[in-house]
Amino acid sequence: MKNARPALQALMATRRCKPWELVLWLLALAAPLLLSRHALIINEIAIVALFAVSLDLILGFTGIVSLGHAAFFGMGAYSAALFAKLVVPDPLVGLAVAMGLSMLLGALCSMTIIRGSDLTRLMVTLGVGLILLELANKLDWLTGGADGLQGVVLGPLLGRFEFDLAGRTAAWYSISVLLLLFVLARRLVNSPFGATLKAIRDNRLRAMAIGIPVNQRLVVIYTVAAGMAGAAGALLAQTTGFASLDLFEFHRSADVMLVLVVGGTGWLYGGVAGAIVFKLMQDLISAITPQYWTFWIGLFLVVLVLVGRERLIRPWTCFPRFFGAPKA
Amino acid sequence: MLTILFDGIAYGMLLFILAVGLAVTMGLMNFINLAHGAFAMVGGYITVLLMQRVGVPFLLCLPIAFMGAALLGGILERTLYRPLYHRPHLDQVLFSIGLTFMAVASADYFIGSTQQIIQLPEWLKGRTELGQGAWTLGMGHYRLFIIAVCAALTLGLQYVLTKTRFGSRLRASVDDQRVAAGLGINVNVVFLSTFAVGSGLAGLGGALGTEVLGLDPTFALKYMIYFLIVVAVGGTSSITGPLLAALLLGIADVAGKYYIPKLGAFIVYCLMIAILIWRPQGLFVRKGGKA
Repeated sequence: MKNARPALQALMATRRCKPWELVLWLLALAAPLLLSRHALIINEIAIVALFAVSLDLILGFTGIVSLGHAAFFGMGAYSAALFAKLVVPDPLVGLAVAMGLSMLLGALCSMTIIRGSDLTRLMVTLGVGLILLELANKLDWLTGGADGLQGVVLGPLLGRFEFDLAGRTAAWYSISVLLLLFVLARRLVNSPFGATLKAIRDNRLRAMAIGIPVNQRLVVIYTVAAGMAGAAGALLAQTTGFASLDLFEFHRSADVMLVLVVGGTGWLYGGVAGAIVFKLMQDLISAITPQYWTFWIGLFLVVLVLVGRERLIRPWTCFPRFFGAPKA
Repeated sequence: MLTILFDGIAYGMLLFILAVGLAVTMGLMNFINLAHGAFAMVGGYITVLLMQRVGVPFLLCLPIAFMGAALLGGILERTLYRPLYHRPHLDQVLFSIGLTFMAVASADYFIGSTQQIIQLPEWLKGRTELGQGAWTLGMGHYRLFIIAVCAALTLGLQYVLTKTRFGSRLRASVDDQRVAAGLGINVNVVFLSTFAVGSGLAGLGGALGTEVLGLDPTFALKYMIYFLIVVAVGGTSSITGPLLAALLLGIADVAGKYYIPKLGAFIVYCLMIAILIWRPQGLFVRKGGKA
């Protein structure tokens, strides 16, 4: 048992909350107040960050390449919007319902990703996203079809805080939800459960051989990630009062993958950092060329991959000779 | 009903020509190339621009589209694709999505986002009807032309793959790249030429398909999904697999859109997911090949 101590301590150390994290979150919570003119974009960043963190759970920690994560985002958005419109306009109940429905969908879809190669998974996740897009398009009596779902009016948050035009309440709401789910995700990936996920990512065959129930783990993490993506979608629908077919589109899934890759996969803060960089970049570039913004995304992706994801994020690894030993 | 079957076959053949390059390159290098649709789009635009601006006849445009896309494919393979063969799939997906985005935005910028219209020569415009009643077979001449061209190409490809020396080298490289290289086959050259021909075929398919599928800057993204379905369902180890998958997809899509227009592309996606859950490696997998 003696030998287990250092390993255990190392595990505990990654779990512990570091001081800079506290500072970061305090800053995030203060941001809508400090930069109150930019509350809308802060809100968007928080939503994208949540979406990226949810993708990180399955892509970065479990190693499943998914091109259809927008399915759950859209599902959450539409269910929150419809719930607010048809049942109760309370945002928190709507959020819970949206998360529940997305998790249900995630549990169903997880059956599709258990088997097959990367290509098969890519196709199946893509297919699920497309099916939902078609559904939302054709069920126009419910979803408004191509016009989108308009006129979603929300009640005040906790019965007290009204959503204002400047978006300050919205930003706080999104950041709080992000914080809550982020802490949950952090707890999850640093648990023994999270360790088994990483084992599955690194070598599925060996993970199976040491007795990890691979399929069950995949189902659980896919469901959790779907729920978080659903929450992000619900936040977007609730804070903008609008849900449209665009939410299911392929480029959403591609964008969120880009966000995650910019920030770094397999690291929860990667999603957050990526979201900040991506949104600011989008804001900047689309102010210059609104129509051809995808060209620059594309160029960025190509350069990113050719230079190497690791090296672009940590430029000093380009010159291993000057900065210590290279990574294995 | 026969008409629908006929249209479905024409559509399927077209999809096959568009996707066969993808199937071979994916089988050969295990590279997930989402930018394949962009090559098809290049072929389509070459045809449209040559016909509209320069007035080159349609039949002459087809080989030019093939050559243009093949040249582009060859250059890109040499410069950009090669370093990525042994990278993780995530990198390949990101890279090729990036290329596709760039292609879409550039087409939008240089040519405009409108749907391009192609003027077919007179002799391809008509329509012949055979039989009567429920068994009427209406054949658009252009569809007939597509089927003829694609069938000829398929036979040619099959011949090259099974009977020639290059074909056996290619098959050897697909089955096991390392052993093939060990036997003195220059896998790099095999792959370069295959990639170029595959891109060229996509370009040709794009040129042929302008009339049927429509051509606008989103072509690369819209049909990429169909190509991938063909490859994923058909498997990458032979060309009969993708051919059957393409025909199946073409017929299912046309029939679905005709009989149950409300569901749209729904049927195709559901079918694909069902097939992939049932047989994750594709429907038509040859035994003994690389898994």
